[in-house]
Amino acid sequence: MADHPTENDKSTGIRLTPEQQKRRRARNLALGLTIGFFALLFYVITWAKLGAGMFDRPL
Amino acid sequence: MSLVSDQKGFDPALVSLAGPGDYFELLKPRVMSLVIFTALAGLLIAPVKINPVLGFTALLAIAIGAGASGALNMWYDADIDAVMSRTKTRPIPSGRVQPGEALAFGLFLSVFSVMLLGIATNWLAAGLLAFTIFFYAVVYSMWLKRSTPQNIVIGGAAGAFPPVVAYAAATGSIGLSSVVLFAIIFMWTPPHFWALALVKSQDYAAAGVPMMPNVKGPDRTRLEILIYTILLVPLGVSPWVLGFTSPVYGVVSAVCGLAMLALAIRVWLVRTGAVADRAAKQLFGFSILYLFILFAVVVVENVLVRWGF
Repeated sequence: MADHPTENDKSTGIRLTPEQQKRRRARNLALGLTIGFFALLFYVITWAKLGAGMFDRPL
Repeated sequence: MSLVSDQKGFDPALVSLAGPGDYFELLKPRVMSLVIFTALAGLLIAPVKINPVLGFTALLAIAIGAGASGALNMWYDADIDAVMSRTKTRPIPSGRVQPGEALAFGLFLSVFSVMLLGIATNWLAAGLLAFTIFFYAVVYSMWLKRSTPQNIVIGGAAGAFPPVVAYAAATGSIGLSSVVLFAIIFMWTPPHFWALALVKSQDYAAAGVPMMPNVKGPDRTRLEILIYTILLVPLGVSPWVLGFTSPVYGVVSAVCGLAMLALAIRVWLVRTGAVADRAAKQLFGFSILYLFILFAVVVVENVLVRWGF
């Protein structure tokens, strides 16, 4: 039994138009950049709020 | 049994064609820019210095909160937007974004903006931002907008909150100076929107939105525009009277206030024909400039003070 899709299986899947693929790529890129920006922002906020006191706490 | 469907019944036409720009449009970027500007004035008029990173984050969170309430408003008002010339090309009525997508986007950003502001600054500011989003999306969009010609008077509070939220982010409290900025925007909203509604009253009537001109008539609207403008002029000068700004602000706000009053008197006097429409459009245009100039002076002079001038 084949684990990989055959040519016949492929024909039953969702086929996005080139325009849909382009828009999806653009959405993914925008989302990736946004998440990256906020990850960096939260890192900087942590420094701004705790500053040098970041390491000054009981373990 | 598979948890994933075999996709045979799936219509590829339902795959979204929305681009990042369509989602950005859901945030009402022009309203958002005004919110950022008024919030910046609230942040700078606060008598404390806020860390620049936290100040930037506070403005960002307030802007995202404003955008979130814009997206929720567009989700709820898609039926109205579809019949009004000014709004029918928005992402939902034009079919670029599905209503459910806009709702999810607005709800996610609402929660995210409130959490971001709370974590970066304090929970009073976050609570005020949550209340602002609730006020715009639920009290104004869902309740007032379709039920009373006082919709934009009461709903205007949502647009007036950003300086109070920003001030609270900087200080952890609500100060008189931020309340004065709130009052200026609150009093400015009716003449600003009703000047536009005088020209676009047929659009609002077609959409079934009870704006002042198509419920109480254009004459009553003109009178109320004048009354609100008469109240706005001294309120515009009050930050100087109360000692929150310099005499430069006092002079600029008085001159701009008198100019706005002159335009409101003209709208009240000239009631028919193309000249009347032109007067209303001029008042609408100048009202934007009026608010921009007042808040720009607050921003500039506070920046100069902080830089030691």
